[in-house]
Amino acid sequence: MTGTIALITGILLVLIGLWGILTNRDIIRMIVGFSLFDVGIHIIMLSIGYVAGGTAPIIENLSDIGKSYVDPVPQALVLTAIVIGLGITAFMLTYAVNMYEKKGTLEIDKFEELKW
Amino acid sequence: MVKKVFILLMIILTGLILWSFVPGYESRTALPEVSAHYVEKGPEELGAANIVTAVVVTYRGLDTLGEVTILFAASAVVGLLIHLNKNENKRRREGSEILRTGTALLFPLILLFGIYVFINGHLTPGGGFQGGAIIASAVVLQVLAYPNRKIGHGLLSVIESLSGFTYVLLGAAGVFLTVNGFLDNRILPLGEYGSLLSAGLIPVIYTLVGLKVGSELSSVVISLNGESEEEQL
Repeated sequence: MTGTIALITGILLVLIGLWGILTNRDIIRMIVGFSLFDVGIHIIMLSIGYVAGGTAPIIENLSDIGKSYVDPVPQALVLTAIVIGLGITAFMLTYAVNMYEKKGTLEIDKFEELKW
Repeated sequence: MVKKVFILLMIILTGLILWSFVPGYESRTALPEVSAHYVEKGPEELGAANIVTAVVVTYRGLDTLGEVTILFAASAVVGLLIHLNKNENKRRREGSEILRTGTALLFPLILLFGIYVFINGHLTPGGGFQGGAIIASAVVLQVLAYPNRKIGHGLLSVIESLSGFTYVLLGAAGVFLTVNGFLDNRILPLGEYGSLLSAGLIPVIYTLVGLKVGSELSSVVISLNGESEEEQL
């Protein structure tokens, strides 16, 4: 049940993020949409690694080995994905700053060089 | 109008693709084989209480090395692109009295907390990336409070290069000193399970990663603030 809720939350976040990327004309808002998309995918990945009744894979005493834990591998992957997402976000923000310096606006409609 | 229809269509189709996960989804009742090995043998093999850390730093340490490299590339590119477009420095409004006093009070505490998080990465939730991000958040506070203060990248890039270099050296030392090769954490003794100085190389590597990530993210923030590197820190 918990896993299903997490999965559906993740899917909704991905869709909201996609909606934000496609409908907003402001570059910063598009970047926020991208971040939501990112978080949604992370939650979907975590829900795949969920084990019913499991706890966080932190084993305080050696005698706790063998209890039910959730899968640590998707968690490690998501840690990587968060860091990469952060790098990409910083990169996009840099572009936004540069674009603002060029045209004095963040409206995507004002950038017509590559429009066809 | 056509645009809106396309957007709606795209969202619905993406939703359909993702929704196909849901009906067949069941939470696992047991771990897959590899993860089961990590959870059951991990504490004895590597001495780390936090299995996620064991996976990140040792079992899949090469991925983490790549991750750190990507973060380095991101911060380098941000510095490069911002630096090329340096225009005249505009004076910006200083932070308010409350923000400046709060920064003076919180800055050392946040740094300390960041260091706590990455040193205890093998015992508690946390680690180098999280601790580094916390340290960078202290720098964000500093930048917000004093937007006109110039912070040089000199010290930050020295910390970053040194910690990255030491990380790779320690990883390579595993090739010569242990059976399992690159990035094995057992070139130092495992120590007593659950104590601060245990799990061999993991706290050392996470400290280096924490310093590296902290200085990288700080330099990203400082670059985005748009100040040039005229003075040294």
